[in-house]
Amino acid sequence: MHLAYPAVLAVLLFCTGLYGVLARRNAILVLMSVELMLNAVNLNLVAFDVWLRDTLHAGQALTLFTIAIAAAEIGIGLAIVLMVYRNRGTADIDRLRDNAETPGGDEADHEQTGKKAEATA
Amino acid sequence: MTSVLSLAGPAGPGFLSPTGTEIAFLLVGVVTLAAAVVTVTTRQLVHAALWLVVALGGIAVEYLLLTAEFIAWVQVLIYVGSVVVLLLFGLMLTKAPIGRSPDADSGNRPAALVVAAAAAAALVWVVVDAFRTTWIDLDGPAQGTTRVSGEMLFRNWVLPFEALSVLLLAALVGAIVLSRKGDEDAEGKR
Amino acid sequence: MTTTTLAVLVPLLPFLGAAAGLLLGRTAPGFVRPLAVLPTVAALVLAVLVAVRQGGGKAVDAATQLTPTGSVPIELALHLDGFAALTAVLVGVVASCVQIYSTGYLRDDPRYPSYAALVSLFTSAMLLVVYSGDLMVLLVGWEVMGICSYFLVGHYWETPEARAASLKAFLVTKLGDVPFLIGLFALAADAGTFRITGVLGAVTAGGIDHPTLVALLLLAGVAGKSAQFPLHTWLPDAMAGPTPVSALIHAATMVAAGVYFVARLLPVFAASAAAMTVLAVMAALTMVGSALAALAQDDIKRVLAYSTIGQLGYMSGALAVGDRGAAVFHLLSHGAFKALLFLAAGVVIHAAGTNSLAAMSRMSGLARRVPDAYWTMTVALLALAAVPPFAGFFSKEAVLVAAEHTALGDRDVAPAGAGWIVFAAGLLTALLTAAYAARLWLLAFHGKGAEAPDHGRQPVAMNAVLWVLALPSLAFGLAVTSLDDWFDGNALTPTTTTAVLGTGLALAGGLVTYAAWRRAVPRAAHVPIGAVAAHPDAEPAVSEAEAIATHAPAYGSIASAPDPADPGRLLLGPLHRHAATGFHLDAVYTALFVRPVRAAASLVRFLDREVVDTYVRGAGATTGLLGAAVRRAQTGNVQTYLSVLLAGSVVLAVAAVLVAAGA
Repeated sequence: MHLAYPAVLAVLLFCTGLYGVLARRNAILVLMSVELMLNAVNLNLVAFDVWLRDTLHAGQALTLFTIAIAAAEIGIGLAIVLMVYRNRGTADIDRLRDNAETPGGDEADHEQTGKKAEATA
Repeated sequence: MTSVLSLAGPAGPGFLSPTGTEIAFLLVGVVTLAAAVVTVTTRQLVHAALWLVVALGGIAVEYLLLTAEFIAWVQVLIYVGSVVVLLLFGLMLTKAPIGRSPDADSGNRPAALVVAAAAAAALVWVVVDAFRTTWIDLDGPAQGTTRVSGEMLFRNWVLPFEALSVLLLAALVGAIVLSRKGDEDAEGKR
Repeated sequence: MTTTTLAVLVPLLPFLGAAAGLLLGRTAPGFVRPLAVLPTVAALVLAVLVAVRQGGGKAVDAATQLTPTGSVPIELALHLDGFAALTAVLVGVVASCVQIYSTGYLRDDPRYPSYAALVSLFTSAMLLVVYSGDLMVLLVGWEVMGICSYFLVGHYWETPEARAASLKAFLVTKLGDVPFLIGLFALAADAGTFRITGVLGAVTAGGIDHPTLVALLLLAGVAGKSAQFPLHTWLPDAMAGPTPVSALIHAATMVAAGVYFVARLLPVFAASAAAMTVLAVMAALTMVGSALAALAQDDIKRVLAYSTIGQLGYMSGALAVGDRGAAVFHLLSHGAFKALLFLAAGVVIHAAGTNSLAAMSRMSGLARRVPDAYWTMTVALLALAAVPPFAGFFSKEAVLVAAEHTALGDRDVAPAGAGWIVFAAGLLTALLTAAYAARLWLLAFHGKGAEAPDHGRQPVAMNAVLWVLALPSLAFGLAVTSLDDWFDGNALTPTTTTAVLGTGLALAGGLVTYAAWRRAVPRAAHVPIGAVAAHPDAEPAVSEAEAIATHAPAYGSIASAPDPADPGRLLLGPLHRHAATGFHLDAVYTALFVRPVRAAASLVRFLDREVVDTYVRGAGATTGLLGAAVRRAQTGNVQTYLSVLLAGSVVLAVAAVLVAAGA
């Protein structure tokens, strides 16, 4: 099999996930896109491991580890999203703008509270 | 994909005379990619999770085609079996709307599209340029059988494996701590 | 002790007294008076001893160098000749009298400790100027006097007049001091030394390259310090200070420093005929102008101030004809009787409760209230008017004789033209001096009207000092025959021509004024005028401060009063209006210097506020705008950040690949 097939598939999957991370509004959808990106990497790892016929099978081992770490990441990520949702009433990433630079601190607070009220309403 | 197909290298078997495995890989790859695209574009949040199952399953099939069968089963077990379920739970707990939600995509969408397309173009170009003549020899003993995987994991990768178990434990504890509602109603929840 | 040691102690003692007085003034008030009086009196005694030892003989020179000072060495040098010895005695006498007088005059003043310390410091500086044999050391004393004068004139700093006067005195004298300093440097650069003996030696050897330039530069400083036209305007205003300060600074010592300086360096000035002519013209203008102005003043102390300027004009005139013996002789006698006049005027102001002659002329019996001041002031006024045999007669005659000799070509130190100018101006001024002296005497002590208020007897310290000073005013002139040896050896005795001319003019001036007074005095009854101090029982200084502060509100001007019974108004006629304001010189200065400076200041202010600040504000605003622009990028949206980050990564990756492919 040509190595180009799995490699290009991995690239396309990765970029699809990338688009999802950048474009999706719901935090959980963003997490899904992250999973897509991880899987693209895994596919790459496996393909190259098979191609190289590595005696240690480092690629496959790393894939397994990545899967485990991805599972841990998704757990922690979901916990964080849940907490944010509980505190803010929303899981929309573009509404979580505490780091935004606004002219004057008071206005920022008003804006924030206003948006929160809007979100809960 | 067509542009990739046209780039036939001089060495190794040509792209115009694919083997059976390659055809299967290509078909499954198209399905996987389509499912992934739907996942990141659909306006129905729950459908996104379900299309993600298709995409992840497709990748598991690709693992099988690449003779890494143990990883394929792990993929099915962990991703399709638990991660997607977790995501669905997350969607429900955050009261995600069922049905079409008009604001599933943020205002950053055009920028995201540009960045993703540029990244895809650049990476595809580089990857194809680098590997268009590389041939994976899938004949011979399967490289990812459960036996092979077990041996390499517990012979060569025991220490990272154990370290990973500690990491999983830490993630478990962290997730519990984070998702507790607070001290006063923690008792009631247990 | 050697004469040198004694001479070193003379300026040192008042200096130590001043330092101790400033240090102990707050903590030990009991020591303030002894610390003020005793060092000054001791300095006087030592100065007398130095004078006796020096005896008018050969000049004593001593010098020590503290540290190397570059190309032109500066040395702590003494140069004791007859001039120095006698001038130091005068300074000691006047300073001692002033210190004793001040203990009574400012007896309750809360600022007396600092006042007495400053007077001591001032005395020390003047003695330093007198004894110093090095021009740089002399300059130190010169400038210390300037700053002390600033503080002392501003003693009543609660009143705006005193504040303005002290500032004016400081600025005007400094205006002269700048060219003075440059002149000193030019002189030292030519002569190669700051030592007076060295400079004089260089002059004799013809080593001064630009005598006219140097002399004119030095003259500017002298004009500032000695209140000569056109830098004399600070002196009348400086009368806003306490009377003893006027006596010390503005009659006997500081203003004498300029004259004394020229006397010391007379050969430098004599090397340039132009400088001598300028000095003569300056002296003549000063003499006549100030005498006219004195005739129009209403404030008794301003009359005396203008008379000081006029008498200093005589001294400058004597210097302009190259006779420094006559100049210093007049300096000595004038120092004595002018100090007496000021101190007596202080007593009179306290007794009358006003400083206005118009108000005094409407009081009767002022002479009976203060008999000591009356008699001593009469003596001093006679001396001022140069009536024989008082001191002023002999010294003024010495000046006139010198001028006459120069004019007639008997002396060739100065150009004959300078002699004529000084001689004519001197005679005219003699007439005017007698006139204003008579006016002062008649208005102050022979008023008609209500009885003068009775404030009790004046303090003994003040009255005793008056009599002490009356003695030299009366008899110092008789020492004229023995004084020749102390000075250059020129005869100082009067000649018949000048004596007859001078005395005749003085008598004429007095008689004309008397006649005018007789004609004018009936009008006084029709125009009631006058104001007296609100606190007659307080110390004399309070009366004076109040009198100065209320003069302008009560009479419309600080200098004159609208009094038709003033004989000066009758004598001067239409000139009175101009003379009262000092011939509008202040207004001219305002137009010439003050307004342009103010305009320049407002221009600078405008440039600073509107132009420079615009750049500053612009720099700030530009930064702010840039910050706002950058801030817009900080949306807080994580996805935007990530997009930009990844876009950058892609660009970098593509660039790296392209470079790799190209290489």
